[in-house]
Amino acid sequence: MKVLSLVQKRIWSLLEQVPDPEVPVLSVIDLGIVRDVQLYTTPDGNGGVEVIITPTYTGCPAMDMISANIKMELLSNGFQHVKITSVLAPAWTTDWMTEQGKQKLKEYGIAPPNPKQQVCREDLFADESVQCPHCNSYHTHRISEFGSTACKALYQCDECKEPFDYFKCH
Amino acid sequence: MKQHLIDYTIHLADNALILGHRNSEWCGHGPVLEQDIAITNISLDLIGQARNFYQYVALLKDDGSTEDTLAYLRDAHEFKNCLLTEQPNGDWAQTILRQFLFSNYQYLLYEKLQHSKDEQLAAIATKALKEVTYHLRWSSEWVIRLGDGTEESHRRMENAINLLSSFAGELFENTNYEIACANDNIGVDVSSLSKSWMNKVKEIFDKATLAIPGHSKMQTGGKEGKHSKYLTDILADLQTLQRTYPGCEW
Repeated sequence: MKVLSLVQKRIWSLLEQVPDPEVPVLSVIDLGIVRDVQLYTTPDGNGGVEVIITPTYTGCPAMDMISANIKMELLSNGFQHVKITSVLAPAWTTDWMTEQGKQKLKEYGIAPPNPKQQVCREDLFADESVQCPHCNSYHTHRISEFGSTACKALYQCDECKEPFDYFKCH
Repeated sequence: MKQHLIDYTIHLADNALILGHRNSEWCGHGPVLEQDIAITNISLDLIGQARNFYQYVALLKDDGSTEDTLAYLRDAHEFKNCLLTEQPNGDWAQTILRQFLFSNYQYLLYEKLQHSKDEQLAAIATKALKEVTYHLRWSSEWVIRLGDGTEESHRRMENAINLLSSFAGELFENTNYEIACANDNIGVDVSSLSKSWMNKVKEIFDKATLAIPGHSKMQTGGKEGKHSKYLTDILADLQTLQRTYPGCEW
């Protein structure tokens, strides 16, 4: 377990206020895209903050905005030197999403991702057993593999008939 | 060696950009809303891969190139994509078959590229493989749905097979830069992928009640910069803004 300085702890808690632009109910921490926060000294002797993030999907168009929002949040809280570094490895997985994040997604009407190790299926025409975020029924079916954003699939509940987004496991 | 790595990475980028662009032409024209969204999501993934590869090329070249100059300011003969990726969309069956043939190849390629000695190529491949898994499943399901669908959808799949099968061979024909990178454990010897690729085609075509075509003439040259008129058409569309108003942003 890494020991965090007070400043780093403060930064992590500030980042909990930065929402994902496409699923605003989740923070960048809930999503698991902030991988590390490091402190460094600038060439002229000032303290700087480096936030390491990783994209959810390769082509996620929200990444530039997420970087900008993180930077704004820290600048407006008194950090003067902020740099955002994006890394690809290790590759992001929905298993990094926090339990709190999954709960928030469900309350927002999006079915949270199933744990990858248990049910991420690759068979053809296989429907994952996805719980309806509205009535909790598992009696649901997939309408489309791809939804309104790269990270979601379209499902419909056979009980309450409501269509819903599923944050697919990745 | 550095030039081989640059050429190899450009080849990987160009495949992703050109197929991504082709798929994006469906935006607003898909047969049903959900599939319009699906094919454009696949575009987004592919163009994202292309960006990662081009950014890496820009870093390697270190001559002022950026991902944008690489995509927007090169001429057709400098593109190293396989001919399959530039083929026109045609009908839905042709688009589906092109995606299936390519995703099947890309899946096998990235599976090996994950273990590249080059850390950046390995990282891009590892990440993209997760997305390509979805592309392959989606396009496989559609090949089956159309092949084993109505008389008309079956006929259209057969037509697509006739049009596209001659472009499959190029995927597995190594160029000099691929051989050089494979020898250095940076790249993948693509000829080693053809058997697994064919097995997958057989598996899916069987389910789709489609016949594997007999020996067909093979068209090649794209990876060396020899392209059809179709690539020039794509570039005219893709590059027009940056060529007309250099450096334009919005």
